[in-house]
Amino acid sequence: MKKSKLVLVGNGMAGVRALEELLKIAPDLYEITVFGAEPHPNYNRILLSPVLAGEQTLDQIVLNPLSWYGENGITLHLGKKVVSIDRQRRIVKAGDGTEAPYDRLLLATGSNPFILPVPGKDLEGVIAYRDIADTQTMIDAAAKYRHAVVIGGGLLGLEAANGLMLRGMQVTVVHIMPWLMERQLDDNAGRLLQKSLEDRGLKFLIGAQTESLIPDKDGRVMAVRFKDGLEIPADLVVMAAGIRPNTELAEKTGLHCNRGIVVSDTLQTTTDPRIYAVGECAAHRGIAYGLVAPLFEQGKVCATHLAQFGIGRYTGSQTSTKLKVTGIDLFSAGNFTGGDGAEEIVLSDPFGGVYKKLVIKDDKLIGACLYGDTVDGSWYFKLLRDGRSVNDIRDKLMFGESNIGDVGHEGHSKAATMADSDEVCGCNGVNKGVICKAIKEKGLFTIDEVRKHTKASASCGSCTGLVEQLLMFTAGGDYSAAPKKKAMCGCTDASHAEVRQAIRERKLLSIDAVYRGVGWRTPNGCASCRPAVNYYLLSSWPKEAQDDPQSRYINERSHANIQKDGTYSVIPRMWGGETTADELYRIADAVVKYKIPTVKVTGGQRIDLLGVKKEDLPAVWKDIGMPSGHAYAKALRTVKTCVGSEWCRFGTQDSTQMGKDLERALWRMYAPHKVKLAVSGCPRNCAEAGIKDVGVIGVDSGWEIYIAGNGGIKTEVAQFLVKLKTADEVLEYSGAFLQLYREEGWYLERTVHYVSRVGIDHVKKKILDDAAGRKALWERLQFSLDGEPDPWFEFDKAAVDTRQFATVGAV
Amino acid sequence: MADWKRICHIDEIPVLGARRIARSSGPDIAVFRTADDRVFALLDRCPHKGGPLSQGIVFGDSVACPLHNWTIGLATGAAREPDHGCTARFAVSLVDGVVHLDAEEIKTRELA
Repeated sequence: MKKSKLVLVGNGMAGVRALEELLKIAPDLYEITVFGAEPHPNYNRILLSPVLAGEQTLDQIVLNPLSWYGENGITLHLGKKVVSIDRQRRIVKAGDGTEAPYDRLLLATGSNPFILPVPGKDLEGVIAYRDIADTQTMIDAAAKYRHAVVIGGGLLGLEAANGLMLRGMQVTVVHIMPWLMERQLDDNAGRLLQKSLEDRGLKFLIGAQTESLIPDKDGRVMAVRFKDGLEIPADLVVMAAGIRPNTELAEKTGLHCNRGIVVSDTLQTTTDPRIYAVGECAAHRGIAYGLVAPLFEQGKVCATHLAQFGIGRYTGSQTSTKLKVTGIDLFSAGNFTGGDGAEEIVLSDPFGGVYKKLVIKDDKLIGACLYGDTVDGSWYFKLLRDGRSVNDIRDKLMFGESNIGDVGHEGHSKAATMADSDEVCGCNGVNKGVICKAIKEKGLFTIDEVRKHTKASASCGSCTGLVEQLLMFTAGGDYSAAPKKKAMCGCTDASHAEVRQAIRERKLLSIDAVYRGVGWRTPNGCASCRPAVNYYLLSSWPKEAQDDPQSRYINERSHANIQKDGTYSVIPRMWGGETTADELYRIADAVVKYKIPTVKVTGGQRIDLLGVKKEDLPAVWKDIGMPSGHAYAKALRTVKTCVGSEWCRFGTQDSTQMGKDLERALWRMYAPHKVKLAVSGCPRNCAEAGIKDVGVIGVDSGWEIYIAGNGGIKTEVAQFLVKLKTADEVLEYSGAFLQLYREEGWYLERTVHYVSRVGIDHVKKKILDDAAGRKALWERLQFSLDGEPDPWFEFDKAAVDTRQFATVGAV
Repeated sequence: MADWKRICHIDEIPVLGARRIARSSGPDIAVFRTADDRVFALLDRCPHKGGPLSQGIVFGDSVACPLHNWTIGLATGAAREPDHGCTARFAVSLVDGVVHLDAEEIKTRELA
């Protein structure tokens, strides 16, 4: 079959990313030709500033070396600007006469800098700041000349000014608006920024209007004159007063343009469906995006359409700006200026160099502007995007969540201040230098890409916030403008919510039915989605859906915890942490008989037998004769208790009995993630109920229930839910909350993350305000658990494949 | 001419699962069965930290190591990018549903 011809005009980040996405899904569909006006392969334009500042070299910012084009069979025309498109004959023509026919055409012509229409704008030494050539001009000028003027105090202008200053020039930034970066910052933050840049040696003329640029006798710029008569020396003038979509070619071709080439949700131009446009030149629903993440999202959708899958739709991006200007942290997103009906929460510490403003409207976060401390930027951005009510967390909102765990990275919360040798990811031993190197050398842009290539933040995720900061510093720009919907895994475009909804509404009962019904790209999923789908099936349709042991992680398949040497650990259940002499004798006998090397007391008041051989597991279970502790499962683990009023002189309630009752009512309960409970008999809280998924604290007049605590990566104190009178109520409310979590939590989402996602108000509405709903939840949980087998004894009923405990083929 | 040693019937291996073969000397061998009833054999050790691949989740033509989730190709024994490493493969003969391994390979390959 003859291949169709695809021509890309514009060899920049957006267009080439679209090609990369296309090659991933349909490598052989097109014969591809690329035209680039610049004489360089695709490079990371965001990193021109570090190049200017002397922190990186041009070679380091190349994203696709020339060899990449060759390897993918792409014909590349460098330094050739396309000047016309013949839509009837479907041919593009470059300035030098080179022609290329197309079946599909992709325009990614980017944007042009806006040049102030003042006398002298064409003088030598007056440039824009857009590409490698501009950057080189600045570098050369800095070596020869002394005075630079940058017109425009936006992101680009400040980066240019900083770079020139670092190269030894005296730099003045001219900004017509009342404060710097007025599109990203409010006046307070803008002024803090100015102050801090002045401390570093930059000069500012705020509100100054440029009248003309004055030449010297050789026709090179010599000075800038302002409307108020002031004149300042300038050997180099950089225009950084904004960009405009480059629609010159499109307009000449007769494509509809309105502040960009107008495109549909499939990134096709509205005029000619054979022609697509992505990137800064495209106007989608009236917006031309100038940030990387939206361009990449567009590229992805465009690629699926070019590949004739026709499934993707681009529906727009919400963007945030998180920038690093000369060692200063800034973050802004949404509407940070407020306005009618908006409320503001402000924290201002000018001496400490910290300023934060949050804008709230109708109980929702609609904007954020952070200066000096941006570690919570991605959390605010998430709240903004999700649009969830922040009423319940309003009092804590300003202090942030900090997308960083409490441990594992030496207490660092600011990646910028870390040395290259400092460890970022304590799980996988990845230090800052390794991550930055990978981001630069492999051209990584997203947290997922960093995880794949370096393993940083790929295990416990505690350092995700730090890695995000590193991405921001190193790759620049706006890594965090994520798509609104997150696919479950690489096998599908469906989100967790969509998969669960399909299972419920269409009553899907098997993994195969889900894969066929929801549209999976892989025949039998992957190690990430299969356990999730299996859980959604079982939790949605108890007693009906078929459990698939082969879709469970090994621990839940063998009902024991795999250890680093391939042996297993066995933790029998001890109701409420109580045991007896008989049980201890049996455990001791088993330890001797099966030569179990280590016996350890766990944090959950149980006994762990470590180093059991897999073939011994069934016999160990049988000899010990105690129920499974489910210490290996995404399920109810322990109910930790203090001794309570039975023994303790301070105890107000019988916490041990309460714990035992809870454990007997809830054991064998599978959940999105592990679930831990604790019951304390008085507010001294010896059972540490404040950091459990459900914590119960006895007081003289009854029981207080706390939910969604966590003692792991991120220590999170549980939130008060309700005060109850009787033990029966404790069972009902705790059970109802856990059932809600089972029905609404995403697989591998702990209660702390679940509640922070939906908000505690949502939980209160379901559990406290709706008595009938609460009882129904509690009944559904009891129905699910009724007759659930103990997998250590009822192998058939629990679908335990006992063949796994034996080897095959004596050899 | 290979000396094929009978291991088991294919039905003794779970679909999308694996079984272990204990050798008289050397580490175990893992035999895998895919959804479409192909059978592969690898040394039961992940090239990363020696995890028992037989205990992993099998999907497509791959298995995810149970220790740190490296993905190993069943046909090649190679770790999927960006990880690097390779585990030893063993030849498999599947005749009338009976799985055989090469006796010589069992005896001599990867005994350390």
